Amino acid sequence: MYSEKVMDHFMNPRNQGEISEADGVGEVGNPTCGDIMRIFLTVKDNIITDVKFQTFGCGAAVASSSMATELIKGKTLEEAWEVSNKAVAEALEGLPPIKMHCSVLAEEGIHQAINDYRVKHGLEPWEEKNPHSHDHHGHEDETCS
Amino acid sequence: MTAERIVYMDHSATTATDPEVVTVMIPWFSQGYGNPSSLYRIARESKKAVEEARNQVATALGAQPDEIYFTSGGTESDNWAIKGIAFANRKKGNHIITSAIEHHAVLHTCEYLEKQGFSITYLPVDDTGQVRIEDLKAAITDQTILVTIMFANNEIGTIEPITEIGKVCREHGVYFHTDAVQAIGNVPIDVSAMQIDLLSLSAHKFYGPKGIGALYIRKGVRIDNLLHGGGQERRKRAGTENIAGIVGLGFAIGRAVSGMDERNKRVAALRDRLLAEILETIPNTRLNGHPKERLPGNLNVSFDFIEGESMLLLLDHFGICASTGSACTSGSLEPSHVLLATGLPAETAHGSLRLTLGAENTDDDVDYVIEHLRKVVVRLREMSPLYADHKKRSCNV
Repeated sequence: MYSEKVMDHFMNPRNQGEISEADGVGEVGNPTCGDIMRIFLTVKDNIITDVKFQTFGCGAAVASSSMATELIKGKTLEEAWEVSNKAVAEALEGLPPIKMHCSVLAEEGIHQAINDYRVKHGLEPWEEKNPHSHDHHGHEDETCS
Repeated sequence: MTAERIVYMDHSATTATDPEVVTVMIPWFSQGYGNPSSLYRIARESKKAVEEARNQVATALGAQPDEIYFTSGGTESDNWAIKGIAFANRKKGNHIITSAIEHHAVLHTCEYLEKQGFSITYLPVDDTGQVRIEDLKAAITDQTILVTIMFANNEIGTIEPITEIGKVCREHGVYFHTDAVQAIGNVPIDVSAMQIDLLSLSAHKFYGPKGIGALYIRKGVRIDNLLHGGGQERRKRAGTENIAGIVGLGFAIGRAVSGMDERNKRVAALRDRLLAEILETIPNTRLNGHPKERLPGNLNVSFDFIEGESMLLLLDHFGICASTGSACTSGSLEPSHVLLATGLPAETAHGSLRLTLGAENTDDDVDYVIEHLRKVVVRLREMSPLYADHKKRSCNV
């Protein structure tokens, strides 16, 4: 059911781990829904010089985290903000329809990490252009989508 | 690095057809191909083979041969039993009782009947997955026409108190159907002693072929047909008989029942060792289901901080076939309705793993699974933010 690319990123995840003194951290998802993604950023001169992830979730969730971190490493914060869930899914050579929310989670995780960095630096958080319906952060009673 | 070896521990999903079963089926494709409804000799031989298989199934259940009807499998048997009773007894009442942990072949059939105006009670289960007899008694009304409760659960392996349920139903004059798809060959069954009115079974769960099953209908039970057409199966189930399948089913059920005690002892011993070593060597792990009243090959455990589908993918990488109650494999995003019904939190249900052992598993398989499962759990926990938080909490204590 998964593409070779998904399996490759699942079996050999890139950038898995934690940055203890991260400049920005984003966490999205919900254990009730079976997936949580945590993204850590190191930012120097507006550029993401290092990125790590921790993920609780299915194969697609792990692969989406791995691919998303690869796509934003070395990018400016503005460039990283523009990395969409579709870009993540396409880079993975597609996700099954029911797993598309995993790529959405990856996009949201990056956005949260970037905004965490911005807020810590006294900057206005950027607004989500296309707020996804399922920002299921921490709400137990919400349905998983 | 990918293992060539396959360790199959998903016998509740299906079993490999026993080569000896295949051998007895083979002549009924190209040689004994006669339609049992026809008159000539090769047709009479087919007819005879079907009746012999019927005898074998009846013997295995403690039933009479004319109470056995061949179907295409468990799903058809469940649909027939429930819809057939519902529609034939509509004038008597419109209430059906089932449990929250049934297979979807039962649950979705009941949901369909709800749309047709029937009223359904879904009995809860306790934390081991058993229905409480008091709940059943309290749910029966003068409108109740059918109780359908599975013999043993496919996910957690819990065996239901069938004898007590049968007794209560008979006392109240309510039909009792049980989906025994998982139980055949694993638990002794006697439909008359257990006061079962209808029972569903499927051959591929006990080393028989896929696409063939049976429904036991006690003599005198009022039931409508599900399939309409020719006069096969004493005018109750239309469609040309799947002779080879029926022969395979008959042979397989005979073997499943006659070898049951010896096989169950061996399989349960392997399962118990696997469970003991998992609980001993992998922390933050729990057994789901009933500690004793469970199918001999069934093991269902939850591992905290990790998700089931990623476990299955990594186990598959090592050639281990298993299943999970996590949402991700079911095509929905909700975790197993069975695990949730036992009171397990959704996140623990997402981390569940079902290993169902069978006749061909060995001690060596158990060693292999433990060795690799341990690695898989460690690897996924290393990746998990929930585990990272857990480690930090433990360090701070």
